[in-house]
Amino acid sequence: MNETRNIGDTLLKVDNISLSFGGVKAITGVSLEIREREICAIIGPNGAGKTSMLNVINGFYHPQEGTITFGGEVRKQMRPHLAAAGGIARTFQNVALFTGMSTLDNIMTGRNLKMKKNFLWQALNIGPARKEELEHREFVEHIIDFLEIEAIRKTPVGRLPYGLQKRVELGRALAAEPKLLLLDEPMAGMNVEEKEDMCRFILDTNDEFGTTIGLIEHDMGVVMDLSDHVVVLDHGEKIADGVPDVVRADQNVIDAYLGVAHD
Amino acid sequence: MLYRESGQYKTSYTDDQAIFPLKQDRWLMAIALVIAFVVIPLTSSEYMLEAVIIPFLIFALAAIGLNLLAGYCGQISLGTGGFMAVGGYTAYKLTTSLPDMNMIIVFLLSGVAAAFVGIMFGIPSLRIKGFYLAVATLAAQFFLQWLFNKVEWFYNYNPSGTITAPPREMFGFVVTGPHATAEARYMITLVVVAVLALVAKNLTRGHIGRSWMAIRDMDIAAEIIGIRPLHAKLSAFAISSFYCGVAGSLFVFTWLGSVETEAFNINLSFQVLFMVIIGGLGSILGSFIGAAFITAVPILLTNAPQFFGFNLPIDLQKHFEVMIFGVLIIFFVIVEPHGLARLWQITKEKLRLWPFPY
Ligand SMILES: Nc1ncnc2c1ncn2[C@@H]1O[C@H](COP(=O)(O)OP(=O)(O)O)[C@@H](O)[C@H]1O
Ligand SMILES: [Mg+2]
Repeated sequence: MNETRNIGDTLLKVDNISLSFGGVKAITGVSLEIREREICAIIGPNGAGKTSMLNVINGFYHPQEGTITFGGEVRKQMRPHLAAAGGIARTFQNVALFTGMSTLDNIMTGRNLKMKKNFLWQALNIGPARKEELEHREFVEHIIDFLEIEAIRKTPVGRLPYGLQKRVELGRALAAEPKLLLLDEPMAGMNVEEKEDMCRFILDTNDEFGTTIGLIEHDMGVVMDLSDHVVVLDHGEKIADGVPDVVRADQNVIDAYLGVAHD
Repeated sequence: MLYRESGQYKTSYTDDQAIFPLKQDRWLMAIALVIAFVVIPLTSSEYMLEAVIIPFLIFALAAIGLNLLAGYCGQISLGTGGFMAVGGYTAYKLTTSLPDMNMIIVFLLSGVAAAFVGIMFGIPSLRIKGFYLAVATLAAQFFLQWLFNKVEWFYNYNPSGTITAPPREMFGFVVTGPHATAEARYMITLVVVAVLALVAKNLTRGHIGRSWMAIRDMDIAAEIIGIRPLHAKLSAFAISSFYCGVAGSLFVFTWLGSVETEAFNINLSFQVLFMVIIGGLGSILGSFIGAAFITAVPILLTNAPQFFGFNLPIDLQKHFEVMIFGVLIIFFVIVEPHGLARLWQITKEKLRLWPFPY
C-alpha cells in the first residue's frame, strides 16, 4: 500500500546512541533514521529500550554517547520544552493527560507554544488576546472534529474511559502541529474497534497533514499495516531495520520475539 | 426549569468563551454587583462594613492569590501571611515617603513588591514539591515576619513597632487613616477587589492559566508539550504574591488602620489556606465563598445563640469555631477538594435538570 507514497529526506537521524542508568544499559549504540512523511515503527519485546529511545529523542533522557540530527541540524543539550519548540510532539505509554482539565483545555494546551500574547493582554482579555484565543480555539475545534470527540469537549478528561483518553492525548499532540509525532503504544489496552479507529486517525494524520510519525506498537498486524519502515530493538540493541515484510521474515527478529536465549 | 441552558444555543466560539456563558449566571453576577456597589453602601451599618464586609473582601483577594498558586498551579504555600506583610509594609513605606502618591498606585506597587519577593521564595519550587515546598514557604513566612519586626526602618523607627495608615484622599474623599469613613474604605476596597478578581478570572481562562493547570496536573507532560516549568511556576508565584501583597496593603490601609508585624503571623496564612480549601481549589468563585464562610462563622457563633435566647461563653465559641473548621477541612480535603464551589456547581447541574431526575 505504501509504494506510491511521497517520502522525503531524512528528518531525524539518531546516530550511535547509548544510554545507561547507573549500571543498567537501556540503549547500546543504536542508530536509526526517520524520513519526512513516513510512518516508522519501533518494535521489540518489553524492556527493549523503545520508550527510552523516544525519551532521548524528545530530550527527556540525556544519552551518554551519540548524536541526534533533527531537520538537518545537530542537536546540542536538549530539554523537552526545546524539543517541543523544535516541532517534536508525543504521547505516552501510560496516558499523561491533565486530568483536572476538560478535553478542550487539554488540547488547547497543545497550542500554548504558539500563543504569545503576554499576561497584560490576557489579564484584560481584550483585543489581541481574545483574538488569539479564538483563532486557536478554531484550530482546536478542527482537531476535535477530526478525532470525532465533539461530544466530550467539555468533559474533564479524568472522567473519560481509557480509549477516549488516548484519543484526547493524540489531539493534544496534534494541536502543536508537530513535524515529528512520536506515539508510544497508542493502541495498548484498546478493544478491536478502538484500535481500528486509532489506526485510521494515525493514517489520516499522516495523509492529510503530512506529519512524520514514529510509532511504538506491539500488535504486529497493526505494525505491518501502518508502517513504511520498521526498526526492531532487543535488549537495547538494534537487531533489524527495513520494510515490514523483510523485517517480519528476519531470523533475529523471530528469535527475539520467541525469546531464544542470547549468547 | 429554573436553571437551564436549553434554548441558549451558542452560535460562535466567542459566545462559548464568555466568562458567564449562561444567561442565569450573567443575571446572578449583575445582581451581585448591584448589591455590592449600591445596596450595601446604602444600607449597611458601620459595624457591618468594618467587622464583616471589608475583611471579607480583603480575605477573598488573598484567597484568590493563594488559589492561583495552590489551586491552579498546584504549588502549596504557607507563606501567604508573609507575602501580605510585604504588601502592607511596602504600602506604609511608600505613603510615608511619597505623600502625594495616588493610593491605587500605592496598592499596585505593594503588590509588585510582594511579587518580587514571591518569585524569590518560589525558586525552591523548581526543585521540590508538596510537603517539602510547604516547609520552604513556611520558612518564607517566618523570615519575613522576623525581618519586618527586626529592621526598624520598615516601621520608620516608631518605638511602638506599629505601622499606621496615614490619611490619604481620592476623588475628594478621605479613604485611609483614622478619619476615613467605613463607606469610603469599603468602596475603594470593593473596586480593587472586583477588578483584580476579573483579572484573575481572565488569566485562568487563557493560556497562562492552562499552563499553570498543566503543571499542576502533570508537570512532565506539560514540559513535553513545551510549557517551561520555570516560567509557569515562577509566574504563578509572582502573580499569586501580587494578589497577596495588594490584600496585605488593604489589610492595613482600609481595614485595620494600624498593625504590628504579629498581625501577619502564621495564623493568617492558615486562615487563608482554609478559605481556599473550604471554598474550592482552582475556583475564583470558591475563593469568595471560602472567605465569606470563614468570616461569617465566628460572627454567627457569636450572634446565633443570643438570637435563640441563650449565651455561649466566648471560649466555647472559639472551640466550636475551631471544631467546625477542622471537620470541614477534613471533609473537603478527603471528599471534595473542589470545595463549596463544586457543591454549588453540582446544585446548578441538578437545577438544570429539575424537575426531571434524568
Ligand atoms: N528512568 C529509568 N531509570 C532506570 N532504568 C530505566 C529508566 N527508564 C528505563 N529504564 C530501563 O531501561 C530499559 C528499557 O526500558 P524501556 O525503554 O521502558 O523499554 P520498552 O519501552 O522497550 O519496554 C529497562 O531495563 C528499564 O528498566
Ligand atoms: Mg515502553
